[in-house]
Amino acid sequence: MKITVTVNGVERSGDVEPRTLLVHFLRDELDLTGTNIGCDTSSCGACTIHVEGQSVKSCTMLAAQADGLELTTIEGLANGDILHPMQRCFQENHGLQCGYCTPGMVMAAVSLLDENPNPSETDVRIGLEGNLCRCTGYHNIVKSVLACAAESNGASK
Amino acid sequence: MIPAAFEYVRADSVDAALSALTEYGDEAKLLAGGHSLLPLMKLRLAAPSVLVDVGRLDDLRYINDAGDYISIGALTRHRDLETSSLLASAAPLLAHAAGHVGDPQVRHRGTIGGSLAHADPASDLPAVALAMGATIVATGPNGTREIAASEFYTGFLESALAPDELLTEIRIPKLDTQGWSFQKFNRRAQDWAIVGVATVRANGSTGVGLVNMGSTPLLASAVMDAVKSGANAADAAALANEGTEAQSDINASSEYREHLARVLVRRSLEESGLS
Ligand code: FES
Ligand code: FES
Repeated sequence: MKITVTVNGVERSGDVEPRTLLVHFLRDELDLTGTNIGCDTSSCGACTIHVEGQSVKSCTMLAAQADGLELTTIEGLANGDILHPMQRCFQENHGLQCGYCTPGMVMAAVSLLDENPNPSETDVRIGLEGNLCRCTGYHNIVKSVLACAAESNGASK
Repeated sequence: MIPAAFEYVRADSVDAALSALTEYGDEAKLLAGGHSLLPLMKLRLAAPSVLVDVGRLDDLRYINDAGDYISIGALTRHRDLETSSLLASAAPLLAHAAGHVGDPQVRHRGTIGGSLAHADPASDLPAVALAMGATIVATGPNGTREIAASEFYTGFLESALAPDELLTEIRIPKLDTQGWSFQKFNRRAQDWAIVGVATVRANGSTGVGLVNMGSTPLLASAVMDAVKSGANAADAAALANEGTEAQSDINASSEYREHLARVLVRRSLEESGLS
């Protein structure tokens, strides 16, 4: 079947089998390989993208279900060479080790701050419960997200 | 993991969904948020030959005050329930429990109707629907009918819905809530409950729903009867495993689940204000 999605602001179409998972469509058809597959069982969050602005695990959604919707992947966050503030905060706070979980962490974290711009440390830890880091670098991940929240709150005051 | 091949039909109205169900009969499965069904299909534990996608039926995405009850459209997402100010005041147990389903990504997609219709004994919301005495509205070719939550669960992943019916609405009675509690015991943050308990004390009676204590979501009837006849929390909770058929699995033996049920029911009754 033919589907059309808007990914990172650009309209993209493809021909998929109904059973094609969204993450495979993004990676294999659209060549957007920034979105990783970790567990493939909705546990790890490595495949997190935004669907209509909200974090979603793209391994647990059919490409067909995304037809006509607006998607953002990790590739869509930066503005050219200028990193998204969340990406920069991860970089500055050493919020990654091997980096495998990072695209999903960043996408989940951006969605988290959209919903709760001023989270406590506990809010961040609970808000990222759907994302696993097998390098177990959670401390700096949480630090990165809190830094990003503090920065954007500072900027808006 | 990729599901077995199927035909995909997107319904753009309730009527279209119903006629697809009539056309494809037993072959068809309804797809809402997909967060219960797709994982099963990826593991090939389910292999429907037709998926009828009702995920775009935005008409069924609402939380309204209907006078005596709150009406919730089947396609309302967990995130909507979690953040609804109407539910926060009129049905805080439901809003709170919805905020504990899976993780944020799951709550952005998963729907209350899907969760109730999937009839998984390990899901949180069926136990809440039981405890609150919810009514489930099913729409079929001959119109709608109401099913009490207590009559809805008929077997493992089986409900009273006929193959040609769609769960369209959930009605939560407006209770004069004196206390409520949701206890979810799991080992990792986003996991299913090993055992869960939903309790609401309102209008002079107490409803207690159990998660993962048998092949269906259950009411802890013995506990409810005991509270009614004046038992305290500890004595009532001692009956929490009565009428249950907890399974043993990788997370817990059935004996351990029974123990957890007693402990969590006591905590839940106490947190709801029963001494
Ligand atoms: S790959 Fe999707 S949650 Fe792990
Ligand atoms: S940085 Fe390695 S998995 Fe998170």
